[in-house]
Amino acid sequence: MDINDIRGILTAIIFFAFIGIWVWAWSSRRKKDFKASAALPLEEDTYITTNERENS
Amino acid sequence: MDTAASYNDKVVRQFSIMVVIWGIVGMLVGVLIAAQLIWPQLNFDLPFLTYSRLRPLHTNAVIFAFGGSALFATSYYVVQRTCHVRLAFDKLAAFTFWGWQVVILLAAITLPLGITQSKEYAELEWPIDLLIAVIWVAYAIVFFTTIAKRRVKHIYVANWFYGAFIITIAVLHIFNNLAIPVTLTKSYSLYTGVVDGMMQWWYGHNAVGFFLTAGFLGMMYYFVPKQAGRPVYSYRLSVVHFWSLIAIYMWAGPHHLHYTSLPDWAQTLGMVFSIILLAPSWGGMINGIMTLSGAWHKLRSDPILKFMIVALSFYGMSTFEGPMMSIKTVNALSHYTNWTIGHVHSGALGWVAMMTIGSIYSLLPRLYNRDAMYSTKLIDVHFWTSTIGVVLYAVSMWIAGVTEGLMWRAVNSDGTLTYSFVESLKAVEPYHYFRLLGGLIFFTGMIIMAYNVWKTVSDKKPVPVAVLDPA
Repeated sequence: MDINDIRGILTAIIFFAFIGIWVWAWSSRRKKDFKASAALPLEEDTYITTNERENS
Repeated sequence: MDTAASYNDKVVRQFSIMVVIWGIVGMLVGVLIAAQLIWPQLNFDLPFLTYSRLRPLHTNAVIFAFGGSALFATSYYVVQRTCHVRLAFDKLAAFTFWGWQVVILLAAITLPLGITQSKEYAELEWPIDLLIAVIWVAYAIVFFTTIAKRRVKHIYVANWFYGAFIITIAVLHIFNNLAIPVTLTKSYSLYTGVVDGMMQWWYGHNAVGFFLTAGFLGMMYYFVPKQAGRPVYSYRLSVVHFWSLIAIYMWAGPHHLHYTSLPDWAQTLGMVFSIILLAPSWGGMINGIMTLSGAWHKLRSDPILKFMIVALSFYGMSTFEGPMMSIKTVNALSHYTNWTIGHVHSGALGWVAMMTIGSIYSLLPRLYNRDAMYSTKLIDVHFWTSTIGVVLYAVSMWIAGVTEGLMWRAVNSDGTLTYSFVESLKAVEPYHYFRLLGGLIFFTGMIIMAYNVWKTVSDKKPVPVAVLDPA
């Protein structure tokens, strides 16, 4: 087996890994987790109120 | 009060304010050197004011001081909010802030003195490079320890982009800067000849790909949904977007070395990967813009969203233009001309700066316990100065670049060159005025921003924010 066989195999592995990522991301089992993750930026901050806090 | 119960926003505030200050400094130097290209006597015959020394000062200031501070600020903010945990190691985080400011000051001193490694975007000499490496490792420790301590199950996609940016920049910076020091201010690169060229552009293009793209995509994936009040359009697309972008970017560097002594196969490889790069780039752009679907009306009243959407539009435009320019036949026309400068600035001003400005406007009121910036009207004015400025800049450089490219390769029937170099300089002179005007207008916007930021934060005492309990 020469270097070019290894290159070919590597290309195939990377290609299937790419397909695998698509399948993984589009699987219905990911839906719930992805929905929870996507909601993270929408959370609002809660300020810790102290006595010297001024109203804005 | 128990500090573990609140977020570490101090370091975020520090970096956020420095974004505005370094933005003004870096763009002011840019305006000066744009003026020097029209009136060379503006160097006043002083060595430290010559174009060749100020140009690296400009690029370092806008990329690493302005853009870098924005990435530190937003990554520290986003990682805490999306992991429901306080930033790890307060003191180490403070060290990254003060250390980064020292690096910037050292750059501002050494570059005008002519102390340089002569590697584009990696001009700083070895002692400063070592300091950067130490700070970067500290940054990685702070960021990844925070992720490890997270109290939510999943790592939000923005953190993946920030994480890839931090790891890759460490690798690029260390390997491109391997050098043998001779004195405190002089070193020789470990690489020679064409290997040196390939190392430099492996570094240079991935600095674009990971510093100016992946990092700012992290910013986009948090602040666009935040500002739009809607979750990202497709979370699964963001996963595929992430893996394909980071896998492909790494190979695009050789397109900077078309028609050089770099082996032909390597040039072609760089070209092919650059063209493939269009797909993940546009996947990200579409994902960002479509996040607004169903909320387009918000664009009418919210200039911060306008900044972000125009930034994404420029991202889409530059990532179409880049692959096109990497095609060898197009590159034969565009390389070494002002077209490249136009391309870089539509990316740097249009995408990076406008995404940064939008995110900082979104972030600052939250950091100072306010509902909004001091003046939304002034944000709108800033939006229009930025948009008009970058369009004037990019269009004038496109015209100048194509003009130069065509004149340089025109030949007479006997094979001699039709135009001398000076004739091409004379032909593009009018566009240098438009470029300066565009830059000045963009710079004016930054001054307006500084005033607005000052009015927003000066009389406000920050209030600590409670760490959210996991859902």
